[in-house]
Amino acid sequence: MKKKRMSPLAMVCTGLTVIMALAWLFPVYWIVATAFKSETDTIALPPSFVPFPPDFGAFIYVIQNSPIFRWYLNTVLVSAVITFFSISCALMCAYALSLLDFRGKGLINLALMVGFMLPFGAVAIPLFMLMNKLHFVNTYAGIILPQIATPLSVIVFKRFFDQVPIDFRNAAVIDGAGDFRILFNIYIPLNWSIIWAMAIVTFIGAWNNFFWPFIVTNSTPMLTIPVGMTQVQSAYGVAFAKTSAIAVMASIPTAAAYLIFQKRVTQGVMAAAGIK
Amino acid sequence: MTKAQRNDRRTKRRKRWSIAWVFVAPFLFFYGVFLIYPAIEVCYLSLTNSDIAGQGGFVGLQNFVELIGDQDFWASVWHTLYFIFLTVVPNTAVGFFLALLVVRLKRLRLPILSAFFLPFVLPVSVVTTASLWILDTNFGIFNYLVGSSIAWFQDPLWAMPGVALVTIWWTVGFNMLLFIAGLQNISPDVYEAASIDGANAFQQFTSITCPLIWPVTSLVLVLQLIAQFKIFDQVYLLTQGGPYNSTMVVLLYMYRQAFQLNRGGYASAVAIVLVVIMLLISALQFRLLKGGRAK
Repeated sequence: MKKKRMSPLAMVCTGLTVIMALAWLFPVYWIVATAFKSETDTIALPPSFVPFPPDFGAFIYVIQNSPIFRWYLNTVLVSAVITFFSISCALMCAYALSLLDFRGKGLINLALMVGFMLPFGAVAIPLFMLMNKLHFVNTYAGIILPQIATPLSVIVFKRFFDQVPIDFRNAAVIDGAGDFRILFNIYIPLNWSIIWAMAIVTFIGAWNNFFWPFIVTNSTPMLTIPVGMTQVQSAYGVAFAKTSAIAVMASIPTAAAYLIFQKRVTQGVMAAAGIK
Repeated sequence: MTKAQRNDRRTKRRKRWSIAWVFVAPFLFFYGVFLIYPAIEVCYLSLTNSDIAGQGGFVGLQNFVELIGDQDFWASVWHTLYFIFLTVVPNTAVGFFLALLVVRLKRLRLPILSAFFLPFVLPVSVVTTASLWILDTNFGIFNYLVGSSIAWFQDPLWAMPGVALVTIWWTVGFNMLLFIAGLQNISPDVYEAASIDGANAFQQFTSITCPLIWPVTSLVLVLQLIAQFKIFDQVYLLTQGGPYNSTMVVLLYMYRQAFQLNRGGYASAVAIVLVVIMLLISALQFRLLKGGRAK
């Protein structure tokens, strides 16, 4: 068979795709470029498309004049704790739903579907009142607790556990292994890749969550980055370089996580949507 | 079966029972306390005149009666539906289109795919910051390059389309990913057989790709509808519901009632009506999509 050469039409198509992709990335580029300009340069006409030499003034200003490192710390802590507990709880629950027979199983499955449909915003008010009564407003516990139970992870893990041949478990039971050992020594190692994928997706989701931290925190030192940065921006007024600089700093962790673990994120997103 | 055997079996079953509950307990605890309980509580609250601290008395259906006559509320429902109209189908269509472009690439595939998906992993506040800057009336690069002078988020006519545009830019990568997975699942043999039979590219697209991708399309449409009903973050950060309430959506209206006017009970009634409308429209969509599948 002769090697296929690209037809002119295919080449035009590819060319257009590349141009579209660059256009899609332009806003991201533009905010990075703006962050490296001086405030006067940002509104210069005609605009300079490449900030050279780069001006670090906006970053220095933001670092010196906002509690951004505290917010970083808050967000890292909150996202890491949410991810750990969310994945652990989901793994155990999925194991029971997939492999154990017990009364009430149907009810749990139903509750999972309900939670999947229910918009979080609809329960925000009673949830806030509950947090208020527990004195969890403006605390890490207040941000973390409602984000631990994620029905989606349970559904995904259950689907993957269902696909492991039941003989694996039966053999282990005959050898006298308990369910905890079976989960940790068989089911978790066999499904490492999807567990990692869900963990990364959960982490990115927790990092980016705006609505709940926005509701449950209002004291400056307790904010997460996505909420905190908006507070600083309204204080700055019209200062495009500074608002861009803080936006760049806020997105580095999730953008980096995506670019490093690209395949895992893709896998996690598809699994969450029920494909593959 | 001897008595001993029966007893043995019974204890075994009881043991399995309890171990199962140990496994589901942690999840169920968090799920029950922080989702199921508030979901039940919001129904009760909607029948009270509670403030946001939860203090108040039972008032029966009074909140709902007030809600029926509340024009601002119905305007917010209308704005939410308008936002859904501007995003659900366009976001699905653009996602499909991008997937078609990306799926035929080979070496360039991964970088191009990441370019379209990258915005999706950014925090919403970063997305809105970038949008407010790029679409700024006077200094924004968009108006400069296009030569227009649209005041995107200050003009009642353009505010909601602006929010929709930003939302599509931000989230379309997710839809694209699902479509790419769907397109890859279509066996190349089908296309080969069709081209042997003399079908051209366009015919292959309309009679192979489109029908075989339909399950993914309907999935994306369902997920989109559920997601766009929850619109709050982008609107709050881009327009705060303005100008002249033209982007006041239901969740933002609920937030205002609860946290700014201190009307927890009334806001709960808003939440209930939102869920009911959501369920009704989802059911309607489900039936429509089922019809589409049968074709």
